[in-house]
Amino acid sequence: MIRIGIDVGGTNTDAVVMEGERVLASYKASTSADVTSGVSEALAGALKQSGVPANLIDVVALGTTHFTNAVVQRRDLIPTAAVRLGLPATQALPPMVDWSPDLRDAIGGHFYFAHGGHEFDGRPITPLDPDELRKIARDITKKKIRTVAVSSVFSPVNSEVERKAGEVLAAALPGVHITLSSDIGRIGLLERENAAIMNACLMDLSRGVIEAFRNSLEKNGITGRFFLTQNDGTLMDAALAERFPVLTFASGPTNSMRGATFLSGVKDGIVIDIGGTTTDVGSLKSGFPREASVAVEIGGVRTNFRMPDVFSIGLGGGSLVVDGDDGVTVGPRSVGYRLTKDAHIFGGKTLTTSDIIVAAGRADFGDRSKVKHLPPALITKTRARIMEMVANAVERTRLSPDPLPVIAVGGGSVLVDTKIGNLDVIKPKHFSCANAVGAAIAQISGEVDRVYRLSNSSREEAVADARERATQAAIAAGARADSVTIVDIEDVPIAYIPGNATRVRVKAVGELAL
Amino acid sequence: MWQVTKQDLMDLAVGAAFLGTGGGGDPYVGRLMVQAAMDEGKTVTILDPTEVPDDVLVIPTAMMGAPTVLVEKIPSGEEAVASLRRLEKYLGKKAYATMPIECGGINSTIPLLVGAMTGLPVVDADGMGRAFPELHMETFSVLGVRGTPMVVTNEYGDCAIIEARDDKFMEWISRGVTIRMGGAAYIAEYAMSGADVKRTAVPNTISLGIRIGRCLREAKTNHENPIDALLKMLPQTLYSYGRVIWRGKVVDVQRETKMGWVLGNAKIEGFDGWKGVMEIQVQNENLIARVDGKVRAIVPDLICIMEAETAEPITTEYLRYGQRVVVVSVAVPPIMRTPKALEVFGPKGFQIDEPYTPIEQLA
Repeated sequence: MIRIGIDVGGTNTDAVVMEGERVLASYKASTSADVTSGVSEALAGALKQSGVPANLIDVVALGTTHFTNAVVQRRDLIPTAAVRLGLPATQALPPMVDWSPDLRDAIGGHFYFAHGGHEFDGRPITPLDPDELRKIARDITKKKIRTVAVSSVFSPVNSEVERKAGEVLAAALPGVHITLSSDIGRIGLLERENAAIMNACLMDLSRGVIEAFRNSLEKNGITGRFFLTQNDGTLMDAALAERFPVLTFASGPTNSMRGATFLSGVKDGIVIDIGGTTTDVGSLKSGFPREASVAVEIGGVRTNFRMPDVFSIGLGGGSLVVDGDDGVTVGPRSVGYRLTKDAHIFGGKTLTTSDIIVAAGRADFGDRSKVKHLPPALITKTRARIMEMVANAVERTRLSPDPLPVIAVGGGSVLVDTKIGNLDVIKPKHFSCANAVGAAIAQISGEVDRVYRLSNSSREEAVADARERATQAAIAAGARADSVTIVDIEDVPIAYIPGNATRVRVKAVGELAL
Repeated sequence: MWQVTKQDLMDLAVGAAFLGTGGGGDPYVGRLMVQAAMDEGKTVTILDPTEVPDDVLVIPTAMMGAPTVLVEKIPSGEEAVASLRRLEKYLGKKAYATMPIECGGINSTIPLLVGAMTGLPVVDADGMGRAFPELHMETFSVLGVRGTPMVVTNEYGDCAIIEARDDKFMEWISRGVTIRMGGAAYIAEYAMSGADVKRTAVPNTISLGIRIGRCLREAKTNHENPIDALLKMLPQTLYSYGRVIWRGKVVDVQRETKMGWVLGNAKIEGFDGWKGVMEIQVQNENLIARVDGKVRAIVPDLICIMEAETAEPITTEYLRYGQRVVVVSVAVPPIMRTPKALEVFGPKGFQIDEPYTPIEQLA
């Protein structure tokens, strides 16, 4: 099977063509403002290098940090209204209560409490009040808000009220996007609501970006199946990703860590992925990213997604370098994809980490003569600051004093030396395209979500049945049978249905049959 | 007397989750509520039990119900204060301070919220020395302080005042009320004198929670093993002994919100040389840990499930398949191990047909 892996970062767009376990070609392009031309260039470049005709590509797997970066950098987010059903309960902690104030401000911080919601056993807390929702809708219209996130107490147990509220709001707000929390998350009102609000505020960006991806594939004559990678490292259909961009969060780190272990052969170590805007640091255990156990923060927002435990800092090849009164600061602002226009080495006027590293003679790209004027003291201070930032991030991720190797991947890894503290740094072949490789070899999942009546079978039988179905679903989707493992089982007894029923959710994941 | 800082709150949320032994509710929600009050300029003052005059009235406040309910149905914020005020009115006497009845889980933070909202100081002590699922499981009750009169309030401001023949029956009635109120409600109970606080409470358990959180945080910053650091720190407190009793991967979690509690059990398949499957029985809290039917730790000693590498305590509602965990057991203070105390919150109190064996003797 021939697969293309693409990684769209804030700065670079990488594409690799793989046949089985072989990397046939890799190509790095700049991410363009319209996204499309960067993806097209990378695709065309990689295809040409590989010599594989476009119509022979079976699968395109695309990973992108686009949505995560938008939240981290608070840009391209649209004003969003959070509507929470549950009055009079839940008022102690309004929506977005634990968010960084700047992110809350970026999307307007609009929230509404309304009646509705369920008790744990499915009884309504208070009945839904359509007039109250229409009044909220009028205020949303007045504020010109075009996207709404609806959350409701206990909606994973009973999503009926949340759906009804969604319908009332949709009828009163034509053309407005509505995200329902029960479509995204599990038990845990604040975390599920956070995910729904972030999803809603990314809606404009998601529609534009996924459409752009599709156009790029079409333009290059690719007709294979098109997937995006999601937070747990598995593939999701592009149409689903368009509606739920929040599910792509943190897929970048998973891809780069899986790519790093694949390319280096190192199963246990620390991976640093330095892109143009951010550096992600995570640890590998037996070839897989170590998962965060409880709650994960993204851009200062707590969520309960299943995702790798990654620590991110605002450091990359496009990070701004400012020589101020308090010393040199690096990042978190970055020129991003405008690196090849704005950086000194490309004739621009903005001082970036790339300028410093080229001036130091540690890398050779752009026009080195343009950074000759930089004072050596500034170069030394900036490089020291960069190494300090990376070392701190690695130290935070390190959980034992064991001298694990550090695998450096990503285009920005030219910024780091061969040692970080006392740890050796490995840069594997194709290191700059590790994310794209990780996307190309992303795992396949099969999911089951069924309600079992326990009057004629035991809970054990129900769970066993769901496990088997999920395993078969993963194999049918292309996973190698001997590699399928169950990564998630959740059973929620449904107390309000007479006759003892339980809802069982199982996710099985396996390696792609190459 | 001292004031709670934001860092104290963060540390307490971690330490209280540890002392919650899986139950007691994720202190995260409680921490956010106190934090929100502090952001508005309100302060929380903590009193050492020795600083409380003998003849004053102390009214403890708490949440009761299922932790799985709390992570969804967040309170309105007024409930616990309403219970305290209603009990003051009923008793015809003003409270000098509030106090936790339970130092594990969210109930370590509810009195802090009440303190922030009313200006009352919070006594650094509690009546469980950990988390327990039932309201009569208190050193207060064991040593003769009555739980009633008690007030239960919900988010609507509906309230019930309960008088009962004994504290067990108080628990039975208030549990029924709580279920009708949606599985989580807020209470004031065990109103007592300052002298009784000194006589019956497990002292300094709020500060213990903060110390545990701080110890884990500092160990991680210094790249020490956080669990080792914790087991080294605990003997300096009333909790004189602790050790790791299992390492493994969660392979099954069975959980049900029933009769106002979370009932269930977890199975943890051993790794790193720990062979077999540990089975932990849960009633809100982790009650008993067995491997092949043999008891490895038993209530009231603490049984805490922690993430294997980061040492984050994992509460029952966040326990899930595939997590890699370490199970730690810790000896509770002597006041909680007397024959009278064990009658109430030892294995017998939970209908567990096993004798109580202190963790020190279960090696």
